[in-house]
Amino acid sequence: MSETEDVDLEQFRNETRAWLESNCPPEMRKPATSDADVFWGGRNTKFASEPQRIWFERMRDKGWTVPDWPKEYGGGGLSAAEHKVLRAEMGRIGARPPLSSFGIWMLGPALLKYGNEAQKKEHLPKIAAGLIRWCQGYSEPNAGSDLASLQTRAESDGDDFVITGSKIWTSYANYADWIFCLVRTDSAAKKHDGISFILFDMNSKGVTTKPILLISGYSPFCETFFDGVRVPKSHVVGTVNRGWDVAKYLLQHERAMISGMGERGVGRPLGQIAADSVGSDAQGKLDDSMLRGRIASFDVDEAALAACAERAVDLAKAGQAHPAFSSAMKYYGTELNKRRYEILMSAGGVDALEWESERSRQGARPRAWLRTKANSIEGGTTEVMLGIVAKRILDLPGA
Amino acid sequence: MALVLTEEQSMLRDSARGLISDKAPVSHLRSLRDSRDPAGFSKELWHSFAEMGFAGLLVPEEFGGSGLGFMEAGIVMEEIGRTLMPSPFLATSVVAASALNRGGNAAQKSEYLPKVSNGSLLATLAIDEGAKHRPLQTSLQAVRAGNGFKLSGAKALVVDGHVADLFIIAARTAGAAGEREGLTLFLVNPKAKGVSIERTIMVDAHNAARIELANVEVNADSVLGEVDQGAALLDGVLDIGRGAVAAEMVGLSEEVFNRTVEYLKNRKQFGKLIGEFQALQHRAAELYVDIEITRAATMKALQALDTDVAKAASSVAVAKARAGTTATRAVQEGVQMHGGMGMTDQFDIGFFMKRARVCEELFGDASYHTEQLARARGY
Ligand SMILES: Cc1cc2nc3c(=O)[nH]c(=O)nc-3n(C[C@H](O)[C@H](O)[C@H](O)COP(=O)(O)OP(=O)(O)OC[C@H]3O[C@@H](n4cnc5c(N)ncnc54)[C@H](O)[C@@H]3O)c2cc1C
Ligand SMILES: Cc1cc2nc3c(=O)[nH]c(=O)nc-3n(C[C@H](O)[C@H](O)[C@H](O)COP(=O)(O)OP(=O)(O)OC[C@H]3O[C@@H](n4cnc5c(N)ncnc54)[C@H](O)[C@@H]3O)c2cc1C
Repeated sequence: MSETEDVDLEQFRNETRAWLESNCPPEMRKPATSDADVFWGGRNTKFASEPQRIWFERMRDKGWTVPDWPKEYGGGGLSAAEHKVLRAEMGRIGARPPLSSFGIWMLGPALLKYGNEAQKKEHLPKIAAGLIRWCQGYSEPNAGSDLASLQTRAESDGDDFVITGSKIWTSYANYADWIFCLVRTDSAAKKHDGISFILFDMNSKGVTTKPILLISGYSPFCETFFDGVRVPKSHVVGTVNRGWDVAKYLLQHERAMISGMGERGVGRPLGQIAADSVGSDAQGKLDDSMLRGRIASFDVDEAALAACAERAVDLAKAGQAHPAFSSAMKYYGTELNKRRYEILMSAGGVDALEWESERSRQGARPRAWLRTKANSIEGGTTEVMLGIVAKRILDLPGA
Repeated sequence: MALVLTEEQSMLRDSARGLISDKAPVSHLRSLRDSRDPAGFSKELWHSFAEMGFAGLLVPEEFGGSGLGFMEAGIVMEEIGRTLMPSPFLATSVVAASALNRGGNAAQKSEYLPKVSNGSLLATLAIDEGAKHRPLQTSLQAVRAGNGFKLSGAKALVVDGHVADLFIIAARTAGAAGEREGLTLFLVNPKAKGVSIERTIMVDAHNAARIELANVEVNADSVLGEVDQGAALLDGVLDIGRGAVAAEMVGLSEEVFNRTVEYLKNRKQFGKLIGEFQALQHRAAELYVDIEITRAATMKALQALDTDVAKAASSVAVAKARAGTTATRAVQEGVQMHGGMGMTDQFDIGFFMKRARVCEELFGDASYHTEQLARARGY
């Protein structure tokens, strides 16, 4: 890095710190503890609180809902180095992301790479401004880990495709405005070669959703049915029958995002949270030697993973990353997050077993614990991630 | 003693399994949960339990019980674990019955034990006060008042506390929290003045309550065992409870395992049964080994309890610690290997994960028992 760049970056850091200090409401500097604390955007969205609205609007106006997207698409146009500074400064004060969405994490990066100009202009600014909420139509009952065997058909009819079939595990399909969806456009081709990546409005005729209840007692995902849904061919992203490339590229971003999911949400160090309920001895050591050991080795691994995540981003920006490395991160990050919640459950003991009381905030902790069990399933299972590492990074035969 | 079931024990297992799998499959727990059943268990089934001699399984024959041992109690617990049936069996027939039988005087035994045997009395031990199981930390106060005592304090995770007819409450009559001396067990009527009971709806949809005592008056006859010397009685009773919960966890683990292996033999991805993937085969095989080892350790602990409760502590610590880690692993693998399906409420596997978590906390988790073993071995 040259000296002037250094100076500029330092200035950017100072300005950002000052701006965040005066613009991030104090309420938004605490970890989100429930889904209601997360602002997802969309046509029917409501803000959970006034600070949430203010924070979102201020960040949106700076383009910092998507800091590294180009300005012309509603982004902040930040360089990789500036984006890193912004993340660090937000982390320093514990600022929440102003907007969470599948549009930001998944579709946006795929559109930036594979979308045509019209598609980028149409969709990216609406994602950045939280106007449209997206869902992901990949998995089907018989196409989970083996995603490429998906059967939802898109039949050509003039300028349109007519889509018929069903998806499952579609997160927030009942709240989403639009879907990015994998469909089979050529059933004669080999399974990876007949898939297209297509976008459509969830209000289209023939789309229905049916919520599925999770073991956490919440219903964040759905079965999604398409009965002759008519979609203009211009809504295909990339080339017809080459959707698998887009799908995989998007998955890399999704996996990187899921890998880091545990970083949000907890706030205080685990050992301190445990001390609240377990107690400490005269020397200030957690009064449960095994639990203390578990937490300490968790802390070691978490700090090391954070370094690896930072390095992964830097390598990617430097063009030196292995494209499959997000699978390694996804595997480790999700297993670590499951460990975090196992520890939180052990630390909470009896108190963390209550499911409905006021005292337990309606079982917030056990419900969050159960939800983390999906981390190593959604976005590709741990087994599939390790398979990808074995095959694409280690080049093992037959993998 | 051989670590295999005798013919009589196999028959007991078959009859318990027959009744439980027929009348209380997992759907039974589900419907109690979904209907928000006020009792949280089936009274009708409890009567069947009594008729079959299970309610008084550990109670001596002279008090109308079956006079069987902890191995037999473990056999019933294991079957309960397979279907997650909510039942007063653990709190009443194992823990409270043992406390009454081991600590009670002649009058107390003849008053309560026959009612345990015929299923008409539900009883429970109230022990934990903080978030974690720490029996010696008991600080619920019992102060002498006239001819009796006055009790004040709170207890958490009182199993069946919302339906019990009798509380057995660990209280401090002397000494400070953390000390062995000065613990006393009291028999307390839940309807007594100053007792408040809050049913707690738990993650596993099984039954528990928090209770609070504000100057609850009891007479001297309510002391179970000796004043200030309750720790030894409590140790034995808790070890019995631990052995029983370990057995429940073995049943639970094995059932989750069986269901998961079944799924590996049926679910196809990539044109193959997922059970063909060696990554899953090895994990299933490891889990099998894990469960077998824990089962043996649990049988060993139950036998040790049958031989001499006072000398069973280390075997029980091994069993409960192993049961905790094994069950945790079994349910995690169960959910993971079922993919998205395992995350749905509609599918039963999540119920096992939830119950395993509660069993892990009940009477001390794996950390607690590992620590106990280390202390017992002098390091
Ligand atoms: C909370 C949650 C949210 C989700 N959100 C979405 C969403 O928004 N959109 C969407 O499209 N999908 C979503 N999914 C679906 C998710 O991507 C799939 O569940 C996942 O890919 C696994 O597929 P499956 O459930 O069919 O499991 P299966 O593929 O049937 O897997 C069952 C088990 O077999 C293992 N297995 C499979 N193949 C192999 C192999 N070759 N080697 C070793 N082990 C193997 C798996 O790892 C798993 O343990 C979500 C899932 C969850 C749980
Ligand atoms: C100390 C020692 C003493 C021995 N004594 C005797 C003896 O007295 N008599 C005798 O006949 N032999 C003996 N052996 C040989 C021993 O049986 C072989 O080493 C063993 O069977 C493994 O064979 P290998 O060395 O060819 O390794 P490989 O079979 O080449 O295995 C290499 C690695 O691949 C793994 N692997 C192989 N197949 C699979 C599979 N299907 N799935 C997953 N992983 C796989 C193995 O586990 C191993 O990690 C001895 C070996 C040692 C180390």
